[in-house]
Amino acid sequence: MKSIKRATNPGKAPTGIEGFDEITNGGLPHGRTTLVVGQPGAGKTIFALSFLVHGAAEAKEPGIFVAFEEASRRIVANAEGFGWNLAELRKKKLYIVDAQPKPDLVQTGDFDLTGLLTALKTQAKEMGAKRIVFDAIDVMLALLPDPAAKRREMYRLHEWLLEHEMTAIITAKAGGDEASSLTEHPFSFMQFMVDCSVALNHTVSVGVSQRNLRVQKYRGSTFDENEAPFVIGKKGFDVAIARTLGREDAVVSDERVSSGVARLDTMLDGGYYRGASVLITGFPGTAKTTLSGAFMEAACRRGERSMFFSFDSDGSEIIRNLKSIGINLDRYLKSGVLRIISARSMGGSAESLLVRIKTLAREHKARCVVIDPVSTLAKTGNELTAHGVAERLVDWSKADGTTLVCTSLLDEMSGQLEGGTPLQISTMADTWIHLNYLVQSGERNRGLSIIKSRGTSHSNQVRELILSESGVTLADIYTAGGEVLMGTLRWEKESAERVANEVAEVAGKLKRVTLNAEEAVLKVRAKSMDTELLAKQVEKTLLDRTTQSRKGELSRGRVRMRELRGGDRAGVRQNGRAL
Amino acid sequence: MMRQPRFKFRLYIAADTQNSIRATANLNAFCREHLVDRHEIEVVDVLREPKRAMADAIFMTPTLVKLVPIPVRRLIGTLSQPQLLLETFGLEAAPA
Repeated sequence: MKSIKRATNPGKAPTGIEGFDEITNGGLPHGRTTLVVGQPGAGKTIFALSFLVHGAAEAKEPGIFVAFEEASRRIVANAEGFGWNLAELRKKKLYIVDAQPKPDLVQTGDFDLTGLLTALKTQAKEMGAKRIVFDAIDVMLALLPDPAAKRREMYRLHEWLLEHEMTAIITAKAGGDEASSLTEHPFSFMQFMVDCSVALNHTVSVGVSQRNLRVQKYRGSTFDENEAPFVIGKKGFDVAIARTLGREDAVVSDERVSSGVARLDTMLDGGYYRGASVLITGFPGTAKTTLSGAFMEAACRRGERSMFFSFDSDGSEIIRNLKSIGINLDRYLKSGVLRIISARSMGGSAESLLVRIKTLAREHKARCVVIDPVSTLAKTGNELTAHGVAERLVDWSKADGTTLVCTSLLDEMSGQLEGGTPLQISTMADTWIHLNYLVQSGERNRGLSIIKSRGTSHSNQVRELILSESGVTLADIYTAGGEVLMGTLRWEKESAERVANEVAEVAGKLKRVTLNAEEAVLKVRAKSMDTELLAKQVEKTLLDRTTQSRKGELSRGRVRMRELRGGDRAGVRQNGRAL
Repeated sequence: MMRQPRFKFRLYIAADTQNSIRATANLNAFCREHLVDRHEIEVVDVLREPKRAMADAIFMTPTLVKLVPIPVRRLIGTLSQPQLLLETFGLEAAPA
């Protein structure tokens, strides 16, 4: 009942039906008449009654319910089923008139509604009624003998309503489809008379019930003209709304929440955004559930209330399966932080599933929600409405700031080329993680890639997802010759590289040693040559010296010989000449 | 000859609307013809006694209620078909 808090439009009478008030910008036209048409069982009475109950209980507008078809006793009993306390309201604020024609009533000639209107006038004045419902007016009109009389009484009723400024709902049964209700219906003239007209439609397609509501006209007001699916749930009417233009945006957060896999957080530059919608797609067995389980565990560890909707296995199975890879959800389940809803048996249309998901998540005050797989929504009911449901699911999670992780099964036949999910949720999701298999040399390995992640710089690389007893880890993969290597091949490649590194290292060392040795040799040689040089130099000086001394000796020897011969100076000169 | 039962009627009308005037006239004519000296008619104007109309669950006017003899029967409309009234009241058509 959020809509009450919103600024109420003075010209509108809120119905309290979430969604409907939004479609019509505040509710039904105040002081005017609204016609609600639909097949039997379309929900007309519940719609009208919730309008009255809301008026009486919340809007200080007491109301009168004129029942032409059902006995008040039954109406009260039905309302109790939705948790509306009619007994309390009936004391003062809600008056139910049993106006069913008795079965043995004899009709003879023309009649009018003066009696009813007079009685209602008194009643309305007495209780200060502002709202009134004429339920199943067609029952009463059927008694009137001719079309002219029917028309006359409807106008009488309409005039009366305008005069008393009552906000009114008139419900009438319509034929099978909407088209005939507009043109061939005996009460089609009522469409022109009233200020607002709402058609309720209940169809069954492929065995799944689907309810739709459409505002056909609304004088003097804007409204959403599309068909809006609705559900008659535990608490009455719930109209699903598509995000309408001009609606306030949900508060976005910069906060990051961990995906539960450290490496993935790094890839995403810190994790998912709080309130984001994350889509995990992949073929069966690519560890979609595991990845969402890791997210749940991380959320629970932070102490955030979480909810896990499983559409394909039981809660206990999930616990057991996740335990095998080191994700322990058991204790969180016991402490009540986590709730696992096994919805394998949950039937119904996509719309009703969404309502149940919303209700349960709200009850649990869940901040992190996993829906595994969300493709179930497309399975029940036709895909067209399921798409709308997915849209509203994302919308709802954003409005509530709930971080939503959805898994989606990709049909192996549809292939990766299309890349789309049956719900087209991929276009709406903020982050899309795709898991696939890579079959190489007799192995199937899991690859993880981030297809998109709005508002985050993220890694473009494919990573290998490894599940082990210690948890989920991501590993780099190798690309060799244009091929991506994973698993054993990756390991082989890795070890080959390690060996190559070692070899190179050893070779380097070896080279250094030889070089050192060569250097030493050269140094030694240089030294010995130095020595040799020195020896030569010494030898040279020695030679010089001996030559010198021989010369000296020779001249000294001649002098000595002359002395010994006793030659005179001339003789010496003669000798010298003679010699 | 068997003693004929007396008839007690209550006719709810809405003041002097056309249907109500017709119904009053038709009822009086019917009684004059078929129930001479053995009928009582109470006329209730719902515009004057709206609470009574609500209490008696009278929503269409005119409404005729046959109180006596039992069973109580209700008729709505201008009472314009005497044959239907005869059948409803258990009075077979008078010998022609």
